[in-house]
Amino acid sequence: MKARVTVTLKSGILDPQGKAIEGALRSLGVRGIVSVRQGKVFDIEIEGADRAAAAAALKDAAEKLLANTVIENYRVEVTG
Amino acid sequence: MKSAVLVFPGINRERDMARALRLTCGRAPQMVWHADTVLPPGTDLVVIPGGFSYGDYLRCGAIAARAPVMDAVRAFADTGGLVLAVCNGFQIACEAGLLPGVLMRNAQLRFVCRDVFLRVERSDTPFTRGYNAGQVIRLPVAHGEGNYIADGETIARLEGEGRVLFRYASPDGMIDPDWNHNGSINAIAGIVNERGNVLGMMPHPENHVEAAMGCTDGHGLFAGLVDHFARAA
Repeated sequence: MKARVTVTLKSGILDPQGKAIEGALRSLGVRGIVSVRQGKVFDIEIEGADRAAAAAALKDAAEKLLANTVIENYRVEVTG
Repeated sequence: MKSAVLVFPGINRERDMARALRLTCGRAPQMVWHADTVLPPGTDLVVIPGGFSYGDYLRCGAIAARAPVMDAVRAFADTGGLVLAVCNGFQIACEAGLLPGVLMRNAQLRFVCRDVFLRVERSDTPFTRGYNAGQVIRLPVAHGEGNYIADGETIARLEGEGRVLFRYASPDGMIDPDWNHNGSINAIAGIVNERGNVLGMMPHPENHVEAAMGCTDGHGLFAGLVDHFARAA
């Protein structure tokens, strides 16, 4: 089964990397970008066919390792 | 004083730390591998040194914090054992839940490798008894992710309980954004946990313990620890 865990910074956490990317996009002439915040995507293959069990295992993975819940949120999507 | 220095893949400051401990305490530390599950018997001080453990993959210190040896370190800290966590060690300690908050990317996005001035905030701890409160010391930093961040409640508690031991400062001890190279909240350079037995700091005291380095301001931290254990004996 395939799944995707997306980890993003909590709002209010400063993201200087996102700001640097904004500046670079502006320099490249890409117009209209108001803000950029950089996150992470984990594409995970998980064994079994039980969607609920997969979601639970991925939540565990996110809580224990993939996200630092002091500063990051996460979203789990079981896709197939 | 019997010390143990943890070694994870990618750590690169363990030998500087071992040398500093040997020079200041007269006894070489035990080097403890990340896959070990017990600390050497009779360990007084556990040191988590600097470097790029696991290549800083995922987040700095994230994978090291979950290595087998850290369960033993947590248990050691729970009984009041002293832990000194330097640079990557500080990042590992935060990821392992030994200390609150997180070290994020330096606010100006540059890896900074130079000497900085620190104000020692209090001298009544095992880690800082070798200094005077308010003393300014010079130590090197070498990090790209030393920006200490925590939520308002955590910062208020750290400050209220006097758990900030070192702050980035000007040479005459003033707290000033110009002298805060990484943007840390309240210029925080080093903190202790609630119990006061775990210290995390970004600068490297181990690199300023001998005259040949041009500065010996780091010596006081180690001398203070030796003194602490000598008196406790």
